[in-house]
Amino acid sequence: MAALLAVEGISKNFSGLRAVADVTFAVPEGEIFAIIGPNGAGKTTLFNMIAGVFRPDTGGITFDGTRIDGMTPDAVCRRGIGRTFQLVRPFPALTVEENVMVGALLRHPNLSSALRRAHEVLWRLDLFDKRTQPASSLTLPDRKRLEVARALATEPKLLLLDEVMAGLRPTETDRMVEILKKINNDTGLTILLIEHVMRAVMSLAARILVLHHGAAIAEGVPEAVVREPAVVQSYLGAEAL
Amino acid sequence: MMKRLLHGVPLHATVLLALLLAALVVAPAFANDYLLTVLIVILYFAYTGQAWNVMMGFAGQLSLGHALYVGLGAYTTAALYVHFGIGPWIGMPMAILISVACGAIIGFLAFRFGVGGVYFAILTIAFAEFARIGFDHFSWVGGSAGFFLPVANYSHDDLMNLRGRPAMFYYVILALTAVAFLLCHALMRSRVGYFWQAIREDEEAARSLGIDTFRYKMYAILISSGMTAPAGVFFAFYYNNLFPEQTFFILRSIEIILGPIIGGVGTLFGPIIGAFLITGLAEVLQELLTWYGFDPPGAKRVFYGLCLLVVVMILPHGVWPPLSRLLRVDRETERTGDKAEP
Amino acid sequence: MGGPFLPLEIYLNVAISGLLTGLVYGLMALGLSVIFGVVRVVNFAHGEMMTIAMYLAIVLFASYGLDPLLMMIPLAAVLFVLGYAMQMTMINPFIARPEHSQFMLLLAVAIIIVNGLLIAFGPDAQSVQASYSFDSFALGPLIVDATKVYAGGAAILAAAALFAFFRYAPIGRAIRACADNHTGALVIGLNVKRLYALTFGLGAACVGAAGSILSLIESVTPSLGPAYTLLAFVIVITGGLGSMTGALLGGILIGLTEALAALLISASAKSMVSFAILVLVLLFRPQGIMGKRLS
Repeated sequence: MAALLAVEGISKNFSGLRAVADVTFAVPEGEIFAIIGPNGAGKTTLFNMIAGVFRPDTGGITFDGTRIDGMTPDAVCRRGIGRTFQLVRPFPALTVEENVMVGALLRHPNLSSALRRAHEVLWRLDLFDKRTQPASSLTLPDRKRLEVARALATEPKLLLLDEVMAGLRPTETDRMVEILKKINNDTGLTILLIEHVMRAVMSLAARILVLHHGAAIAEGVPEAVVREPAVVQSYLGAEAL
Repeated sequence: MMKRLLHGVPLHATVLLALLLAALVVAPAFANDYLLTVLIVILYFAYTGQAWNVMMGFAGQLSLGHALYVGLGAYTTAALYVHFGIGPWIGMPMAILISVACGAIIGFLAFRFGVGGVYFAILTIAFAEFARIGFDHFSWVGGSAGFFLPVANYSHDDLMNLRGRPAMFYYVILALTAVAFLLCHALMRSRVGYFWQAIREDEEAARSLGIDTFRYKMYAILISSGMTAPAGVFFAFYYNNLFPEQTFFILRSIEIILGPIIGGVGTLFGPIIGAFLITGLAEVLQELLTWYGFDPPGAKRVFYGLCLLVVVMILPHGVWPPLSRLLRVDRETERTGDKAEP
Repeated sequence: MGGPFLPLEIYLNVAISGLLTGLVYGLMALGLSVIFGVVRVVNFAHGEMMTIAMYLAIVLFASYGLDPLLMMIPLAAVLFVLGYAMQMTMINPFIARPEHSQFMLLLAVAIIIVNGLLIAFGPDAQSVQASYSFDSFALGPLIVDATKVYAGGAAILAAAALFAFFRYAPIGRAIRACADNHTGALVIGLNVKRLYALTFGLGAACVGAAGSILSLIESVTPSLGPAYTLLAFVIVITGGLGSMTGALLGGILIGLTEALAALLISASAKSMVSFAILVLVLLFRPQGIMGKRLS
């Protein structure tokens, strides 16, 4: 079976600086796939190329059988890729349920069915009780889950998560891991996450890609990848796991 | 229809709204000419403020050139009436069309080329200034010497040609304001309305949710410019004279936005409350100044400026949000009141 | 009636005159650019603040016979204090607020200034008639108004003083550091709030000086404030928002084109031409002539 997302040899330069160099990987449908690497490894640039924020200088990105590189972020989302932002950006003046409803309105033009869909997603993310609060009043862990909820409401085939665990305490990280696992289990949603928190990566990801200085230096199942000398040296060594 | 419109609105809010409307409907029976004139000005600003609010309040695009659409609406219908004898109601669709076309050009240029924020505001000023200078040289509609509609003392009201007594104009602008309110109410609670609010709050996040922001920003400027044009039609037929220097001047655009800002940007009642507050208070002030025999030309506008200053400093979201909490008609109470758990 | 058949000297005369006026415009726009570059607030009351300086210069001249070119320094100081106070009391709380909110605040200030001046001075145009108002320099076939030469020279001096301040004075360097890296400035312990107020003061001082000079070559009415604000925007956006050299170059460019447009097309076409330049710049080079591309 063909991969849902296939990234082939993509590179990106910023004013001469090589941010991502010739990266190739594929994510099959239903898998949870993680990209890790030290700060400045090019993870966010790679992520933004998939999400349509940047156009790759070389290479191509195929999603669900179509080339999506160079598409605008909104077109990428309509194709079926939902994303979160590293620094959460909920719509502050809207309530929690309105935030999620905006996402749901993409596939449910009718307001009341979008609201129903939003409520379903809010249940999943443990935010239903806070649905009438303004998004600006939420705590960081709640905002992180709201960010996921909003992306999920667009009913993506692939969910891109940009460091959703960052800044969370261990108990909250575990809660998020449980929620993501359950969504993956129940709906078969494919998830691609960029993550620093190894604890979450190890328990979530089926496979890991390690980036260093913009290049992929290892790929495979978590247990194997973390033992590779190149990885230990470049990343885990530096950050002293 | 009524049931759908009033869905989710608490009962006492509906009652308050009905009372306000009733008071406005019967007002001409009790008001003298002066008060009626003031009410007409208030409703005119409530209407234009509502139209401007679609762009800024809903979609977050700051236009400082709305006088352009008023002026285009005014000049189009006035020219059709004076030169061809075409009545304002038939001229109005044409006025709307021309306004929308100009809005489309400005929006396309700005949004395609990624002009946003303050730069967009300056661009809208620039286009209004273009129009001002252009109309100054447009002799078919009088150029800088002004364009005048025939005036007579009317003993009866000719609604078809918008010639008549102040009370008729009052009901026309009241009807326009009511329609604009209903339209904005419907827009705000629609898919487009929510997409606009998402764009206003965070354009990049909105795009990540699949919203084609260019398209929805275009909808905002098209609807807003189209809504503004009828105000121009009203303006032309009520005042009967048009000068480019005044019609398209930047201060006209600023007057339009004062009401909604003071009342509350992005709210339905903000433009109305704001128009009442600012025009009402300015008239009271004017009366007081005349009473004390001190009536310099800029006093009223200094007052406008001070109001704006105080409101933006103390009430950054305008008068309506705190007022609505006071009247207990805000959205929070509405929500917790009527939604059941699934 | 203009036309393309005038002798070349006339074009040159007009061009030189436009260029000199443009230098004064450039000084005014410099203030806007400095404020934006550091405080990141767009001063929508900029032209209105300049009309205050113009009226002060007129009053000083009419009452005490003080020459506006000499008054440039005290008026810059007066406007500096005004700008400093505005930033400290009103604008600082708005630094973190959305763009349109800041905009409204300064719009309110602008409305108050325009109409305050209207109450104080009435709607009629006023100007300074200095003893040298009708003098001119002849340079071969070219004739240049002495006033405009002095005005252009004074504007260059004032701009040079500002450039020197930012380059050599420790506070000037601190302000530049603050503009480049806000958080960095906080980390090394600069008092950002005070630096912002200083910067706004300096920007206001620019319009103080520019207004004083401009009172010699243009007559003023209260309602000119918004027009000058727009002019400053056109210049600064053309030159590149936040770039100091860009503001001066933009001023010269706009001064020149306005003067030539007035000659070639008609007096009322001059602002049309500068707006056309503005629109083209916004669409095709939004970072301006000298500006870096904004992210």
